[in-house]
Amino acid sequence: MSCTIDGKPIAATPRPGQCLRTFIRDQGVFGVKKGCDAGDCGACTVWLDGTPVHSCLVPAFRAAGHAVTTIQGLAPAEGGLHSMQQAFHDAQAFQCGFCAAGMIMTAAALDEEQRADLPRALKGNLCRCTGYRAIQDAMDGVGSVQPDVAGEAGGACLANPFSTSIITGHACYTMDVAPEGALKGLLHLKVLRSPHAHARIVGIDRGAALAVSGVVEVFTWEDVPRRLYSTATHEDHLVDPDDTYILDNIMRFAGQRVAAVVAETEAAAEAGCRVLQVEYELLPAVFDPEAAMSPDAPVLHHKGGERSGNIYADIAGEVGSVATGFAEADLLHERTYSTSRVQHAHLETHGSIAWRDAEGRVHVRTSTQAPFITHQKLVHLFGLRARDLHVFTERVGGGFGGKQEMITEDLVVLAVLKTGRPVKLEFTRADQFVAATTRHQMTTRVKLGARRDGRLTAIEIRVVSNTGAYGGHASETLAAALASPMSLYRCANKKAEGFAVYTNMIPAGGFRGYGASQSTFAIECAMDELAQALGIDPFALRRMNMIGPEDWIESVWKDVSDVGFGSYGLDQCLDMVERKLADGSGLLAPEGADWAIGTGFAMAMLECGPPTEHRSGVEMALLPDGRFQLAVGSTEMGNGSVTAHGQIAAAQLGARMADMALINADTDRTPYDTGTFASTGTVVAGQAVNLAAQGLRENILGFAARHTGMAAAGWRLEAGVARNGEMRITLAALHAAGTDAGHRFQVKRKAYLSPRTVAFNVQGIRLAVHRVTGEIRILRSVHAADIGRPINPLQCRGQIDGAVAMGLGWALTEHMVHSADGHVVNAAFRNYHIPAFADVPRTEVLFADTYDSIGPLGAKSQGECAINPVAPAVANALANAVGTRFAELPLTPDRIFAGLGAAQ
Amino acid sequence: MDLHTITAVKRPASPDELVGWPQGHAWLGGGTWLFSQPQPTLNTLVDLAGFDWPALTVTEAGLEIAATCRIIELDQFSPPASWLARPLLRECCRSLLASFKVMNTATIGGNICMSLPAGALIALTVALEAHYTLWPRGGTPRVVDAAEFVTGDHRNILAPGELLRSIAIPATALAKRYAFRRMTLTHLGRSAALLIGTQSPGADDLTLTITAATPRPVRLYFPAMPDAEGLRATIRSSVSDDGFFDDVNGTPAYKRHLTYHFAEQIRQELGAGA
Repeated sequence: MSCTIDGKPIAATPRPGQCLRTFIRDQGVFGVKKGCDAGDCGACTVWLDGTPVHSCLVPAFRAAGHAVTTIQGLAPAEGGLHSMQQAFHDAQAFQCGFCAAGMIMTAAALDEEQRADLPRALKGNLCRCTGYRAIQDAMDGVGSVQPDVAGEAGGACLANPFSTSIITGHACYTMDVAPEGALKGLLHLKVLRSPHAHARIVGIDRGAALAVSGVVEVFTWEDVPRRLYSTATHEDHLVDPDDTYILDNIMRFAGQRVAAVVAETEAAAEAGCRVLQVEYELLPAVFDPEAAMSPDAPVLHHKGGERSGNIYADIAGEVGSVATGFAEADLLHERTYSTSRVQHAHLETHGSIAWRDAEGRVHVRTSTQAPFITHQKLVHLFGLRARDLHVFTERVGGGFGGKQEMITEDLVVLAVLKTGRPVKLEFTRADQFVAATTRHQMTTRVKLGARRDGRLTAIEIRVVSNTGAYGGHASETLAAALASPMSLYRCANKKAEGFAVYTNMIPAGGFRGYGASQSTFAIECAMDELAQALGIDPFALRRMNMIGPEDWIESVWKDVSDVGFGSYGLDQCLDMVERKLADGSGLLAPEGADWAIGTGFAMAMLECGPPTEHRSGVEMALLPDGRFQLAVGSTEMGNGSVTAHGQIAAAQLGARMADMALINADTDRTPYDTGTFASTGTVVAGQAVNLAAQGLRENILGFAARHTGMAAAGWRLEAGVARNGEMRITLAALHAAGTDAGHRFQVKRKAYLSPRTVAFNVQGIRLAVHRVTGEIRILRSVHAADIGRPINPLQCRGQIDGAVAMGLGWALTEHMVHSADGHVVNAAFRNYHIPAFADVPRTEVLFADTYDSIGPLGAKSQGECAINPVAPAVANALANAVGTRFAELPLTPDRIFAGLGAAQ
Repeated sequence: MDLHTITAVKRPASPDELVGWPQGHAWLGGGTWLFSQPQPTLNTLVDLAGFDWPALTVTEAGLEIAATCRIIELDQFSPPASWLARPLLRECCRSLLASFKVMNTATIGGNICMSLPAGALIALTVALEAHYTLWPRGGTPRVVDAAEFVTGDHRNILAPGELLRSIAIPATALAKRYAFRRMTLTHLGRSAALLIGTQSPGADDLTLTITAATPRPVRLYFPAMPDAEGLRATIRSSVSDDGFFDDVNGTPAYKRHLTYHFAEQIRQELGAGA
């Protein structure tokens, strides 16, 4: 058939069942993304003769004779940007940028009527990063980007340095490479997944699968190194249990890998999976963690820990004596709260592509948050020499902790090693729901004791975490659940115990907020209930009991920790939220007697960085043209770390962000970095950047001093020159002189995470709830953050907007529903509802005025913690409105109806 | 998404060009559902686009909608001013989970033949007393009451290969007053309950259509406006208390609650006169 794509004539024949999305990508136009492949997310939006469509739903043959316009053809032919691209740039209406192509193609097609009703017009475009505020700003023509001025980068609202490539569709995400060059002959890998929650594979007959035309290999548990490992990535490999084989003969959840089929096409690989003959012996399954802890429960793992049954981790601690504290209390509050299993829903699914070069080195292009740990794990699993393996990311489309996990790279490397050919594995959206990881479902019993005046006498929690079939992140999230949310309150008597329990559910993993979200929900709801029971204003109760800057930071262990106050702004955050909730601003309450109005808030504290090890290295160099090379090992996945790193370096070097040549997350080209997770992008990698930039400045100025014979102290770096009084030498000239003299303008620095500072977040909500239908409308959302001095306030605001939206999804709509036999029922965005434009109110984001003495340039962690107070703030507002406590997430209308019915 | 098992696309100019209906064939309308999930049992798509049926035809008898009419065409349609129920057309088009971009390609017939409880074009056509013209393979066309078409979640009376040709909405129904109620668990989401009441001009009757909350549409006719208890009793005799639909869009108990609540609101609204 013939059509045009972005004005270019195309003559190619689509496969009969091919959709337009993949047909366009087959022509090398990779700006068209796959977010869901099912018409729900809009990332693949293109115009067909000017009409916007989801290209994943359009049969490719229907493009015959028509003009297709993609994001790559939106800009005027004579150059520059389309006005909507410019608006998205100026408002920075993207973070990871994966949704931006479809969002812009939709936004640019709206008529006036549609623009007046954005919640409806944009219902078919999902963004997991921004919370839509910045997108609305772009639609309203509100731009906040500041100019990139040399020497003024620190604290400036600069644009993401990859903005132009993102908004024009040219940024290359993990799957955006053509099967050419090293990838010529690319094979496709598909995974047959377990239909059973617990079963033993008795036999696999590969004959029928291998007979499928195009199938090259079938791999089963008999083909893989029998080495246990954890899919979770941490610096310290011992914090996660070695409980996983690349392919196993025991299935512990519905969706686990049974076999991998490698074929010339995706179609052949899928066909191979369909006809693969597998015989199973069914085993009894257990899904509830309390049931799994009982002595007669089926034990999932027999790998050395079976003496504890299914309890993978149990953690406990006590300071003071809660027994004494409860005895001294005038009032006790006790309740069990629970949170739901949710998916990260980063718009770019997991995926990786691997190949072997002529020298025999294996290269892995992946969507990971942790290329270096992935590298180590692959070396371990396959017995490779470290130097024979190269792992890297290009641009990653969102992570949120989901990509702190090695769940595709091992299979493609296995297949490359066995076949010698390049191999690709790309998760479908359904795969994300059945075979990636989730947030840990946790149930938390809270008991509080207080004097009549509100003073806490004891806090006790018991946390049961359902880690699912494998234990990655289970102990760390459990420890996090028992840590900062307990440290937030000053109380002489605190006790916590926690259990992370194996069940035959999909495995849980790391997820923004990382265990602390779950127990924060419980404790902040409980504090609100305590305030009500005492008849004390909840703000006053918090102020009386919250940790102060002079207090010792302690949860339930007496061990000395490396956490300290680099700065303290919780009091400011609380004041701001209280004032804003009281000032009457926000949407008007809906009319009608059935609407009840309530306000609520919650607070959270975050240790900036994990208690376990985390380190980051940075190399910087002065380039011959006077610009700077900045090589950082950490991944950028929409968290904004590259922007922050560029600004930190530019600030130290008197330069512009544009002067930074950035290299990221590449085991060949950057120094070691543990990974982008655990709130470390600013405080660890950023600190390494800070040290390296300082070192390079001293290096350059030191040479300038030697070169001129003028004292080093008189020299400054200013906008591409070294300056001493009236004397100016361009950095290009200085580089030339230095090179001639044998000087090397290079530095390398490492940062290590200790001491750790703390950040705070307070969320306020006013909402209306309909007593009959259970509908909730958020009328006011205000968020105050103590993140030190923001390195890029616009970006920090965007991160918080996104975290609040994600928190609202967790609070109000998201919930992985499982059938009685352990299958995920709602493995698609149409049935698993992440917040869309219509669901997210505009949040007023406020920053405490603090400057951290530990973090780089006064900054603290900013992307993670803002999610933690959101769900309890909503629950507290709901309880305030209707007088009934809803202690289980999510707070959906049908549950509210059930709860209010029960209360009547 | 790519449908990897599809090996052929047939693009007939008329249904007569096809002989029989081999296993693995599927009619292709807009394709927005077919291409939204794997279809491993299918091998051949038969494209309806070549039939070139006129999308919307207004006659004295009412409105005839081709099955291949795109939803966006009905959404943008300007009906005759004499049809009191005309805003309901757009209201139902906009009661879908789908975005306007899906509506740009999805068809009315596709929504009806999908036969989901929350199919808002089913709600529309049942409430407006439409009849569907079905073209069986090799047989003579038959006309069925819209209310009899959907038999359960994702189930209907179509025989293999049988084609929904068109939907005829009578002018008498389009001339009625109506009341509309809908609830979704998420803002602009998929319906948990979608109820429509209609009333003949100058009359005291009530036609109440319950959809989304029940696995198949339920249409109740009252020659005279019932009182609250009468309405409840009729609903109860038509939908047993355990007959409400259980899915992620709302619990059965919630859907039952909404059904009675909205039904009473509709009774009061239409009972209050024009």
